[in-house]
Amino acid sequence: MAKREVGEINAGSMADIAFLLLIFFLVTTTMDVDTGIARQLPPIPEDKQQTSEEINQRNIFIVLINAQDRLLVNGKPMNVEILREETKIFIKNAANSPKLPVKEAAFVEALGKEIMISQGIISLRNDRGTTYGRYIEVQNELVAAYTELRNDAAFEYFGKRSYDDLSEKEQEAVRQIYPQRISEAEPKNIGGK
Amino acid sequence: MSKFGKKKKKGAPAMSTASLPDIVFMILFFFMVTTVMREVDLKIELSNADLPQATEIKKLEKKSLVSYIYVGKPKDNFQRMYGTEPRIQLNSAFAELTDIYEYILAERAQRDEAEVPFMTTSLKVHQDTRMGIVTDIKQELRKASALKINYSARKGQ
Repeated sequence: MAKREVGEINAGSMADIAFLLLIFFLVTTTMDVDTGIARQLPPIPEDKQQTSEEINQRNIFIVLINAQDRLLVNGKPMNVEILREETKIFIKNAANSPKLPVKEAAFVEALGKEIMISQGIISLRNDRGTTYGRYIEVQNELVAAYTELRNDAAFEYFGKRSYDDLSEKEQEAVRQIYPQRISEAEPKNIGGK
Repeated sequence: MSKFGKKKKKGAPAMSTASLPDIVFMILFFFMVTTVMREVDLKIELSNADLPQATEIKKLEKKSLVSYIYVGKPKDNFQRMYGTEPRIQLNSAFAELTDIYEYILAERAQRDEAEVPFMTTSLKVHQDTRMGIVTDIKQELRKASALKINYSARKGQ
């Protein structure tokens, strides 16, 4: 058998080729993961029946945002910085104040006992002229208030640091204790545009 | 073994670069796997910095089940045709409010029936947009009963 020497292929330029491809992918890559605030829209009601009359006035926390991006909370102007705290105080109603939401006892299965659950509802209404940035900021504060309350509940009842550390069943219990009730009313067009 | 003994030079020997391609390939594969090519070219001004900031954000799971609606000012070269008022973009074309219903139905038809309840609509809206148009979009989505939405926001504060 004739043995032919095959000359080795020079692999020195391999690195250059690889570098070229690497730089291409480096440039085209977008590392952003899509994040955002998840929300559920209410379905369109079948009949135009208004049930809002039945809701006790003290149970509603009305947040209005006008076309100038200013906040009016339960009839009083408010800074967005303190909205989170105010929302927490409203929902929690720690002192059982008659001005704050009614509390109703409900049986929580995971705890095996009855717990007083606040019936507070947050009603958010914006103007058509409100900027989207401000709207999201307010939404974020409201959701954050609920998150903090749930974290507190997770610590109080289960001794865990945050809601995310809880098991599925425990999370359900905490959700039952602090149900997220944010309702959005149809916007008004006062500020124009 | 004399082959290895041939060269006897003074000083530090040259570092072998033979493994360099391997390392580079490794990084290359990493980027190839993680890379996501932008599938739509935006006709509106909407960079990542234009999205509102929020802290209570969640990751958007199951990208294949997400439909996107973009809202913002048309880019400079489209302003002559479409003006400077915020417009809606679906896929890669400008759209009217009434197109959203059709768009959602078309998106739904592409997916498996069992996956339809998990479909999410991601609203990518420029933070300076007025809420009027966003409200109208939400109303259209309700009509199409696409109730799961996600206000796209970047992590902030």
